Amino acid sequence: MKPGAGLRAYALLYLLFLYAPILLLPVFAFNSGTIIAFPLKGFTTQWFTQMFENASLRQALGNSLTIAVSSSIFATCLGIFAARASTRFDFPGKGPVMGLIMLPLVLPEIIVSISLLVVLLSLGVQLTVLTVILGHTLICMPYATVILSTAFNSLDRSLEEAAYDLGETRWSAFRLVILPLVMPGIISSLLMSFTISLDEFIIAFFLAGNEPTLPTYIYSQLRFPKQIPMIMALGTMLVVLSVILLTVAEYFRRRGIAKTGATDSGGFL
Amino acid sequence: MATGNQTQDRQGLTLIAPPFLYAVLVMAAPLLTIVAYSFLKDGYLTVIREFTLENYRAVWADPIFHKIMLRSLGVAGLVTLVTVALAFPVAYFLSFVVDPRKKSMWLFLITIPFWTSYLIRVFLWKVILGYNGVVNSGLKSLGIIEQPLSFLLYNVNSMVMTLAHAYAPFAILPIYIALEKIDRSLLEAGRDLGESRAMTFWRVTLPLAMPGVVAASLIVFIPTIGDYVTPALIGGGKIPMIANMIQSQMLDQDNRPMGSALAVTAMLIVAAISLIFMAMNRRFLKVRQ
Amino acid sequence: MSTQSSAAAYRARTATAKPMIECRDVQKYYGDYHALRGIDLTIRSGEFFSLLGPSGCGKTTLLRTIAGFEDISSGVVLIDGQDMQGVPAKRRPTNMVFQSYAIFPHLTVAENVGFGLRRDPRSKAEKAAAVEEALAMVGLKGYGNRASHALSGGQRQRVALARALILKPKVLLLDEPLSALDRKMREQMQVELIKLQRQVGITFVLVTHDQEEALVMSDRIAVMFEGQIAQLDGPEALYAHPTSRRVANFIGVMNFLPARILGESATGVEVDVPGLGRVEIPAANISHADPGDEGPSVGFRPEAVSLLGAHQQTGARVTPGVIDEVVYYGDMTYYDVRLDGSAGFDGKARPVRIAMRNVFGREVQDVGTRANVSWSPGSLVLFR
Repeated sequence: MKPGAGLRAYALLYLLFLYAPILLLPVFAFNSGTIIAFPLKGFTTQWFTQMFENASLRQALGNSLTIAVSSSIFATCLGIFAARASTRFDFPGKGPVMGLIMLPLVLPEIIVSISLLVVLLSLGVQLTVLTVILGHTLICMPYATVILSTAFNSLDRSLEEAAYDLGETRWSAFRLVILPLVMPGIISSLLMSFTISLDEFIIAFFLAGNEPTLPTYIYSQLRFPKQIPMIMALGTMLVVLSVILLTVAEYFRRRGIAKTGATDSGGFL
Repeated sequence: MATGNQTQDRQGLTLIAPPFLYAVLVMAAPLLTIVAYSFLKDGYLTVIREFTLENYRAVWADPIFHKIMLRSLGVAGLVTLVTVALAFPVAYFLSFVVDPRKKSMWLFLITIPFWTSYLIRVFLWKVILGYNGVVNSGLKSLGIIEQPLSFLLYNVNSMVMTLAHAYAPFAILPIYIALEKIDRSLLEAGRDLGESRAMTFWRVTLPLAMPGVVAASLIVFIPTIGDYVTPALIGGGKIPMIANMIQSQMLDQDNRPMGSALAVTAMLIVAAISLIFMAMNRRFLKVRQ
Repeated sequence: MSTQSSAAAYRARTATAKPMIECRDVQKYYGDYHALRGIDLTIRSGEFFSLLGPSGCGKTTLLRTIAGFEDISSGVVLIDGQDMQGVPAKRRPTNMVFQSYAIFPHLTVAENVGFGLRRDPRSKAEKAAAVEEALAMVGLKGYGNRASHALSGGQRQRVALARALILKPKVLLLDEPLSALDRKMREQMQVELIKLQRQVGITFVLVTHDQEEALVMSDRIAVMFEGQIAQLDGPEALYAHPTSRRVANFIGVMNFLPARILGESATGVEVDVPGLGRVEIPAANISHADPGDEGPSVGFRPEAVSLLGAHQQTGARVTPGVIDEVVYYGDMTYYDVRLDGSAGFDGKARPVRIAMRNVFGREVQDVGTRANVSWSPGSLVLFR
């Protein structure tokens, strides 16, 4: 027996366990039965049709896209600052400052959203798409910072100095040398933040007021068994979209690494 | 270019200012507000600006809080144990067995479910375990059972199952990273010094992997204990955890000082447990540095 | 080993040259750390100058202050007579070859070489011609369209050279340019760098920790320790007449034996050295001891003396001894010899190392055999 064959079998089983529930999504999204149960009835695309015709879902989609696009741009911009500062400069209080920026990574979202909600309510701020963007930017920022730090870190510092030496200013060196080299990281960060925001539920649930997003819409429909097949169709779409976005993000991350000539250490985290 | 120490400091601080201020305004300030609220009096729909420890006294005396906090700790502890135990062999496989060229593909496969909608994954477990769900209907159509099994959903076990599934990829990565850092010649040295494969694992690999195990445990434990969705969906709203209790105090009953005291207490308990856990593993964590 | 010319040829070349870089009492602090402790230095136009020293001695810091990447805390740096205070790197008449070469990985070879020409008012075609010319100069003709990340170490270095030289700087600064190359490639590039410097005729300032590299390539070398220049001389003078034990130790190998000073005259200093006896060291060979040394000592290079068979008797002075250790290197053999009566004032035996070239017909001696060591007072250096 090949060494590790037992481990390999276990790992494959584990992957199956990870994916099994997700694989049920398309199965029931295309099943003509109105309840999610075996045996399967027939093939249908009616749940997708129903989904595309649903006006409140379209509104939720619009909101989700607005939120995801804005949050990913804001988080990536803030991430660029944080990553550049942490990889290139030493400044007093660096550890605690970076710790605070990365804190949303480990803070339960319920704490983040409830505390933000309480403050917004007492300030009399109307809960809208904007307030969700505020929260999503916060939780995407650490991910963007991590991804961008990897990108900035793989840059040899003398590349920047070489540009100064060859007559460039601080800004033109950034534009001509650093930006092109970290661009894959920026794209990767945008896609990753977009995905996180698109799928995020808790913050949207507390901070969106009456504005639905895709996850809060799904949550609100779970009470109605009639709607479940359509939710399965919607879930299928969301998962497919996430996988595509992640694959593209991973592609750019790897291209970034190849570009700067470093070796791949693998993984997002 | 001028790169004296002073300029370095100033440039670094200028750059870090926007993300730092953002984190302060959107996260730190609200958290401090919560802490401040927890020391104020509730005056029905308003908050009375008067210092009191009454909220904390009430929280500590509340048997419901005890029950829910213990349940949350129990669920989170169990989830952590299950997740880490299941994840370790996978991380070991990734680090020691998988062909290095295929490692990033495996990592990618394992992280994908982590990035798909958490809500949908939790909801799928409800669909799977429900009274008319996938498991019951599947077993019924296979003729194994006649009546649907009612014990599948709406209990602590199903919550543990769901959360363990949801946080599975979280546990693999830190352990994998710790294993990757192990100098392979140490293992060969262990074997060379006459240890069996199992003893080498026990005396060399496992201690060196402990920092990863500790990190994995915390990464699973902390968000699990604050989980809101799973008790609501899988627990059917009847077995709340601490997040649900905070939400209900804050919003449904609009008692902000009380809800704040609850949130602060819960955070302190989680922080204390995490610190004790890390202190217990100090010996192993030192290896890392 | 110097491949170039003798000191005389160098003097002929640079005697009339004006100063290109002048450092006057340059001090540099990083917080409390005193990185440069009063550097005084003049580098002449057209000179191949090396800053040599162990890591952390401040040589790279000094180079970077000349390049304009580091501010100086006090003092003056002049380049071609101009005070460089407050002049940023991009406006200095210097260009740098970085230790890592800093080749922009997202640009082609030609784009890298032409990077500094962005603001050059010349036409596109003229710039392309200049790039091609620079590439030809470093032996990379026709490589312009290559992707830069696919280049070998030697090729990357050539690109870095072309990229710096295309701007026609007055000074080329090289920060450990050969340290990333393997031995063969390094030796080849040493020769090429010397040729290139002769061809373009500009001042080269090289930073290196490799004494052999400095000796091979430089017209003059500044040996640095702890932020100070310990000695500034041509390669031959540095090797033959180190002014301190520390420099002697850093450059090549030197044997040291304790000495007792007996008297001084106009021609030199008379010393008593256990094993060698009473010797008069010529006045030109008197150097300084370092603060940590235990009293005066005499030193000599392993190849400045020679090993004779027990019966051979030539040379100015001969001291018998026993061979303790033999290390065979192919072209050379190193012998550790315990000189008779060398136990010294303190009774400690100090074997001396002697290097002999394995010329045809000369046999390698065995451990334990007796042999005569032939030496002359002129090959000894006194550190007092």
